[in-house]
Amino acid sequence: MNPMTDMTGAEIAAAVKAGKLTARRVTEAALARTESLNPYLNGFTAITSERALVKADAVDADIAAGRDPGPLAGVPFAVKNLFDVKGLPTLAGSKINRDLPPAVDDAALVKRMEAAGAVLTGALNMGEYAYDFTGQNAHDGASRNPHDPDHMSGGSSGGSGTATAAGMASITLGSDTNGSIRVPSSFCGLFGLKPTYGRLTRAGTFPFVSSLDHLGPIARSTADLSLAYDAMQGPDPDDPGCAGRPAEPTMAELAKGIGGLKIAKAGGYFTRGGMPEAFEAVDRIARAVGIEATLDIPDAQAARGAAYLITMAEGASLHLDRLRTRHADYDPDVRDRLIAGAMIPGAWVTKAQKLRRAYHDAVLKLFETVDVILAPATPCRAPRIGQQTMVLDGVEMAVRPNMGIFTQPISFIGLPVVSVPVWTEGEALPIGVQLIAAPWREDIVLRLAHHLEMAGVVSAPVANVQEM
Amino acid sequence: MSGEAFDVEKLIDAMAEFLDLPVESEYRPGIAGHLIVAHRIAQDVLAFETSDEAEPAPVYEP
Repeated sequence: MNPMTDMTGAEIAAAVKAGKLTARRVTEAALARTESLNPYLNGFTAITSERALVKADAVDADIAAGRDPGPLAGVPFAVKNLFDVKGLPTLAGSKINRDLPPAVDDAALVKRMEAAGAVLTGALNMGEYAYDFTGQNAHDGASRNPHDPDHMSGGSSGGSGTATAAGMASITLGSDTNGSIRVPSSFCGLFGLKPTYGRLTRAGTFPFVSSLDHLGPIARSTADLSLAYDAMQGPDPDDPGCAGRPAEPTMAELAKGIGGLKIAKAGGYFTRGGMPEAFEAVDRIARAVGIEATLDIPDAQAARGAAYLITMAEGASLHLDRLRTRHADYDPDVRDRLIAGAMIPGAWVTKAQKLRRAYHDAVLKLFETVDVILAPATPCRAPRIGQQTMVLDGVEMAVRPNMGIFTQPISFIGLPVVSVPVWTEGEALPIGVQLIAAPWREDIVLRLAHHLEMAGVVSAPVANVQEM
Repeated sequence: MSGEAFDVEKLIDAMAEFLDLPVESEYRPGIAGHLIVAHRIAQDVLAFETSDEAEPAPVYEP
């Protein structure tokens, strides 16, 4: 137990602004915890101590001068290493990118977080080129699950899960193409927000599948999700995929409760293919909000298949030249999937994109009758590190490509989701539930997540790992 | 055609040559496995009915 690193970002910012803590003290505590735990948990690939202390001192100077340092004053945060951080090569989890020159500028979202007063403490481990659901990395080693370090953190934003759950950073940023924010949030017991596709700028980040790539925050409280999300919103001409919508702040919405919200559980596809705990977690949330209604998301299995094929093809396209010249330098699991992706027919991919529009239109109709849909985030709790296969509904399948069976049909059409962590007495590891809303309604899922947090139904405690 | 009915080794040979992609022998089992899974998954996608007028999802704004 470390009082300062156990604090949420909102608590830190309030204490720093009130003069009860300095940003320097908070930053030093976060850096000390990171230096102590990281050799074991392996969440960080770079710790930016010097930069962090310079920023912390600037926050303290603002306060001393009577200036408002921003809503995230002194809050330690870290970013998946596919975000550009000035002075560091943007690894994207790879060996190959270590040959790149250091980034000459920060990613847009890093700048926006720092403009709100947050303090960057480093770059985080991830699955190679984001093609991963495990948090394992052939070059940097696995990022471990702080709640049971023999188990996966989840991927591909594995280090983001590790760092947040271990109290090394209050807030981390990740990317989510098919589930890479929601899977680590589920495995590590955290709140994760995958916003609407196009909401947050991706400028200054290494891509994976541009038509599916999202960025978003992971945190230990819904207020922290909201604070970070609000700080990062807004148009950006440097990302052609950014929708250009003006910021729609959510922080003031959280306390509005769930009165008037119509909520239903996803039926059909989302009620099979997982372990019982995945569905029990959904039922727990449903009972807490007093609903029994179930609604079928039509063609979810085909939608997941379409997301799978588009990912294979777009990912292969991104890496085709490197696969010719640097194939031996890839993580073998990633390389083989990318090469296979280069070999699938273009007609399949175009069909998948046609399915995508039809599926999008059908799912949006569902939101004429409900505001939030509940679905499992992962089919099971975190597997052990190194586990290759799992058995779901009696079918043995590979862990790495299949952990996203419930997340892929949702991000495929860009819907906003908060993953909330559910704990069962007697179990060391949590599991997540997706709260899903119509496009651009992040406010609704954040409200519901906050209501569940305040009611004690979901929570994201710092893992009980001892500093060395 | 089922996912296992096609000759995945022939496909890998032909596409590796077509794309000028080096495929070392130790890569082949992994690539083959992913192609078989993709072929099976594609059946769900290909069975989804779309009209001749159906537009793909990506939007291009000139």
